[in-house]
Amino acid sequence: MHLTEKELEILQIIEQNSRIDFNDLAKMVDADESEIADTVQKLEDMNVIVCYASIINWAKVDAYHGVTAMIDVKVTPKRGVGFNEVAQRIYRFNEVESVYLMSGAYDLSVVVTGQSMNEVAQFVSEKLSTLDSVISTTTHFILKKYKHDGTIFEPINEEDKRIVVSP
Amino acid sequence: MIQTSFVSKTIADLKPSGIRRFFDLAVNMEGVVSLGVGEPDFVTSWNVREAAILSLEEGRTSYTANAGLIELRQEIASYMKNRFAVSYQPDSQIIVTVGGSQAIDIALRAILNPGEEVLVVEPCFVAYSPLVTLAGGVAKTIQTVKENEFKLTAAELEEAITPNTKAIIMCSPNNPTGTQLRKEELIEIAKIVQKHNLVVISDEIYAELAYDDDFTSVAAIDGMMERTILINGFSKGFAMTGWRLGFVCAPKDITEAMLKIHQYTMMCASTVAQYAALEALRSGMNDVENMRKSYRQRRNYIVKSFNEMGLDCHIPGGAFYAFPSIERTGLSSQEFAEKLLFEEKVAVVPGNVFGESGEGHIRCSYASSLEQLQEAIKRMSRFVEKYK
Repeated sequence: MHLTEKELEILQIIEQNSRIDFNDLAKMVDADESEIADTVQKLEDMNVIVCYASIINWAKVDAYHGVTAMIDVKVTPKRGVGFNEVAQRIYRFNEVESVYLMSGAYDLSVVVTGQSMNEVAQFVSEKLSTLDSVISTTTHFILKKYKHDGTIFEPINEEDKRIVVSP
Repeated sequence: MIQTSFVSKTIADLKPSGIRRFFDLAVNMEGVVSLGVGEPDFVTSWNVREAAILSLEEGRTSYTANAGLIELRQEIASYMKNRFAVSYQPDSQIIVTVGGSQAIDIALRAILNPGEEVLVVEPCFVAYSPLVTLAGGVAKTIQTVKENEFKLTAAELEEAITPNTKAIIMCSPNNPTGTQLRKEELIEIAKIVQKHNLVVISDEIYAELAYDDDFTSVAAIDGMMERTILINGFSKGFAMTGWRLGFVCAPKDITEAMLKIHQYTMMCASTVAQYAALEALRSGMNDVENMRKSYRQRRNYIVKSFNEMGLDCHIPGGAFYAFPSIERTGLSSQEFAEKLLFEEKVAVVPGNVFGESGEGHIRCSYASSLEQLQEAIKRMSRFVEKYK
């Protein structure tokens, strides 16, 4: 789909801050507020903007005990549908957070969350590895998230170090 | 006998920068939102900082050649050629300096005989006139006007020229007005410069921060290469102010003259900064592009907001300053800036510190996060409403 330069700019700003005020956004890209609303509506309708989510550092929440694993999955592609069919079978599970088709040593990268390591292990052994096309799985548990989707979780020394007035 | 000061009369007579006063007022205040900062809000890219750290680990801590690392000068030469279409020889026409300021200093000292005049186009960076004085020259200012968005015109230039005029210092995109001269406008100015056989010291430190029109270097105009001393550097475009690294490109004879001063007064620019700059040129252009995009959005935001609140503001083509008129409030630029600081805790720089034609304006740097700009706009609207 071809987007104009302005639409592209709007997308890039929204990707960084989906809660930005449309009035401010309009000023930034030199457009009317109604133009912004129309563009965003269009991009939503076309599923270019898929959803507005937040990045949450669950490690800071006491009651949260969830674990996340990245699983390398090797599969046999099927004639006519390639990897899509098995990818679909996998991403429909609620436990699955993301699925990517990869180049390299394995085929699908699957991110799975669960309440415990046991729960994830159970999902892998009972649901994932038993799928017909799945040849093998390698599970890596995430120990700590430092940066996610371009956002650093605990930035250090972020304060403005510039002198307050300068030439 | 009367005890007289040991300080030289030239220095004693030198006017201190008006910016310093505002710094003193604002520095100890809590909760200030500052639009007074003349440098990027970005921290130098990590790849550049990492390269500098590596150079230290490898023990690259000695002097470099006076003119700077030859690899860096070669890299600068190809950058200037590819980016701005000007060709300079790395071994005889480029000197790596301690920021753009030192480059301007050695440029002036290299060309001026005592008493020769240098035209300084105001409003401008506060250092130009003092540097002319320190180099033994006489600074003559040209006052550009807001009706023309502070663009220097050929007529204004010609009127200011006397038989004693040696050179002109100009800066586009400009600090503090953000005004950028288009190619056609530069050509008109170049005609006058050539007619009167002047040297142009062209401060192109904001060349990377041009938002609407492509940037044209003065040296790229026909017949200007041989009479242009081109100043550029890494501070603004590459967000490297604290590294203090700039460079100057000039005809061979002038470069040789500048190198004499540089070798006796500076020896060479900081070695670690030179390695950082090398990395910036080799891999930093994407970051420059991203920063430019971000400044452009913030420029659009702040200029629209000023006009909405009743502070007339032209659209600055480059740099990261907006220069709105505050005439509607009836306050002088000093009064406006002081009251704004004390009443709303927003720091801006009064326009008159950049020259008399800056009076009636304030310089607002938009090199701050959008949240900071939003807060500043909120406070300033409230303030302007009160005085309008």
